[in-house]
Amino acid sequence: MTTKHLTTPLTDEAISGLRIGDHVTFTGVIYTARDAAHKRLIELREKGEPLPLELAGQVIYYVGPTPPRPGMVIGSAGPTTSMRIDPYTPAMLDMGVKGVIGKGGRGPAVRESFRQHHAVYCIAVGGTGALLNRHIKKVEIVAFEDLGTEAIRRLEVEGFPAIVVNDAAGGDLLEEGKRQYRTSDRPIPAVQSLGG
Amino acid sequence: MAIDATHNLPEDVESAIRDAKKTERSPLAIQIIDEILENAQIARERLLPLCQDTGTAVVMLEIGQDVHITGGFVIDAVNEGVRKGYSDGFLRNSIAARPFSARTNTGDNTPAVIHTDIVPGDAIHISFMPKGGGCENMSRYQNFLPGMGKKAVIDFVCETVDMSGGNPCPPLIIGVGIGGTAEKAMTMAKHSLFRKVGSQNEDAETAALEDELLAAVNALGVGPQAVGGSTTALDVFVETFPTHITALPVAVNIQCHSARTKSVTL
Repeated sequence: MTTKHLTTPLTDEAISGLRIGDHVTFTGVIYTARDAAHKRLIELREKGEPLPLELAGQVIYYVGPTPPRPGMVIGSAGPTTSMRIDPYTPAMLDMGVKGVIGKGGRGPAVRESFRQHHAVYCIAVGGTGALLNRHIKKVEIVAFEDLGTEAIRRLEVEGFPAIVVNDAAGGDLLEEGKRQYRTSDRPIPAVQSLGG
Repeated sequence: MAIDATHNLPEDVESAIRDAKKTERSPLAIQIIDEILENAQIARERLLPLCQDTGTAVVMLEIGQDVHITGGFVIDAVNEGVRKGYSDGFLRNSIAARPFSARTNTGDNTPAVIHTDIVPGDAIHISFMPKGGGCENMSRYQNFLPGMGKKAVIDFVCETVDMSGGNPCPPLIIGVGIGGTAEKAMTMAKHSLFRKVGSQNEDAETAALEDELLAAVNALGVGPQAVGGSTTALDVFVETFPTHITALPVAVNIQCHSARTKSVTL
């Protein structure tokens, strides 16, 4: 399986070259944010107040790491469930975010939003926080320190592995994959509707 | 227990994941399985938690009826153990104090969710499961018409796995509780997740249902992390209990591939 190596911030050209099912790596700076941090960023924007970071072209990683042991920059750091962030994602893409890393599928409106904004959604393998730790070289808290594990962190990453799930052409790997490998005659549910 | 469980993938789980590679048809799924196996090795070697979600501390206590506990309240002792384990082990504290309002972190991962059961004998058996949010949030319960029988169970489990997609981090271990009352069914589903992968229910009819459920779930094509594939679940465990003449309660409690448990007998 070939791997496409990406550097951040992502260019429109790099995004155009990505297709669902591509194995990719990220090198450069990415920012962490989960539900609570997203909510605050969007509240700041609605009030017209300055944001604590520049989002244009950036990649957001949905992660709440474990505390680092002495001598490490971060603890276990795998992705959290993306669907919980769905309500905030279109607004983040409006603010210029070009790439997102999480786990699991996105709702139809969010998928459409990735297409409209020429942005990409990737998954890292959920439950591999120890492996992903090795690709994170430097960590700095940049906003909302009071949120603890949910604070926004600036991560310097090298060769951080991920898989493209929603590309800018509107494709969805999880739908395609299920269709391809399904041997059951049960109809595929119209939407993934379980929250959480 | 908390530190051991969060860093060491149980052998039965790791070997089931390794075996899944032999039957998996999707190259992307095989790559994901390789990353999961590599992660288990790194976690052991570098003293890192397998997953950053070190969970809600679920503790099942089976207390022998001849045991007399002195020197304090047993529930306090369990919570003190959780507090110390999560702090000493550099584990993530993930418990919000007030569920529907101020979701302030309790700061030490307490309170644990503690189940107690009185059993014969003079021993205390403690089972610990750091239960991740991604899979726990995909739990489902429904009561069916009694006449709907086995088909209702299979349809419900398949629908739950289909709609959960990648959220609970497949490949999964699926706990199913059938019968009793609503809370009994869900407790059985959770309890079954302590079983070893590959084990079967002692009752032949229930064991046959477990096999049928596993085949049905793996035919859905969800695959590891829902990218598509033939490995959606590593095992399905069913526990049953007699139920009311009007009822067919079915509960599903899902475990992710990071199926972390630890048990000791005192």
